[in-house]
Amino acid sequence: MITKLSHTTVYVLDQDEAMDFYVNKLGFEVRTDATMNGSFRWLTVGPKDQPDLEIILMLVQPGFLFDDQSAEQMKNLIRNGKMGTGVFETPDCKATYLELKSKGVEFLSEPKQQPYGIEATFKDNSGNWFSLTERPE
Amino acid sequence: MDLYHRIVKAKLFIDDNCCNTVNLDHLSQEACLSKFHFLRLFKRTYNKTPHQYLTERRIEKAKTKLSDTDLKVQEICMDVGFESVTSFTLKFRSVTGQTPMDYRKKRLKIKQIQNEQPDSMVPGCFATKYVD
Repeated sequence: MITKLSHTTVYVLDQDEAMDFYVNKLGFEVRTDATMNGSFRWLTVGPKDQPDLEIILMLVQPGFLFDDQSAEQMKNLIRNGKMGTGVFETPDCKATYLELKSKGVEFLSEPKQQPYGIEATFKDNSGNWFSLTERPE
Repeated sequence: MDLYHRIVKAKLFIDDNCCNTVNLDHLSQEACLSKFHFLRLFKRTYNKTPHQYLTERRIEKAKTKLSDTDLKVQEICMDVGFESVTSFTLKFRSVTGQTPMDYRKKRLKIKQIQNEQPDSMVPGCFATKYVD
């Protein structure tokens, strides 16, 4: 029986820049920041109101998982906005849209009524896009 | 400026000024709304009252200072806008489930592990895939 998702990966192009975006723009908190073998950095963040989720901000770099070619392919997919990574929920989509926009977050679509709630879409500073959704009460 | 802009502006005002004296008069003025109207709209937008939100921001600031500085609890309490250590400690405990000192000890321990045994923070399945 699976009970919950505790970790999920978002591939990023630069971990310092990604941390700045997720913490200072989205308002997330850093959960873990540990560097192994002087090179592999395990950096996780999460929404303050959801303490049991860690979003791993994983650097795309040639190494054990990626070879040079696949790392470059992955970076291009992210940069070109092909990686739709998840849905963030908010109690009020329009208010959060206005706040994030005022902080310089790039939106791909404005808040719009959908069958499942009000949704906008934005991208992080690597190029991953996300849904921002307000569920109906 | 529509109502949403006003409420967001007041929320950002709390974010920027949470360690100072912030009251409903300040906030409703910032939003150009009556106190009653502001309170109702803020709660509808964020599912919490402005006071609850302000307290949460102050506790977050306190957590950062407990984790990243050597300041005494009393100094942190004052720095983040609380007026007494007792009310700060009670609120901190109700939000985080631990006292400020226990929180500091736990964070220092985690930092120590991150620095000295970073591999223990990383699930083995990831470590074997990403680390040579």
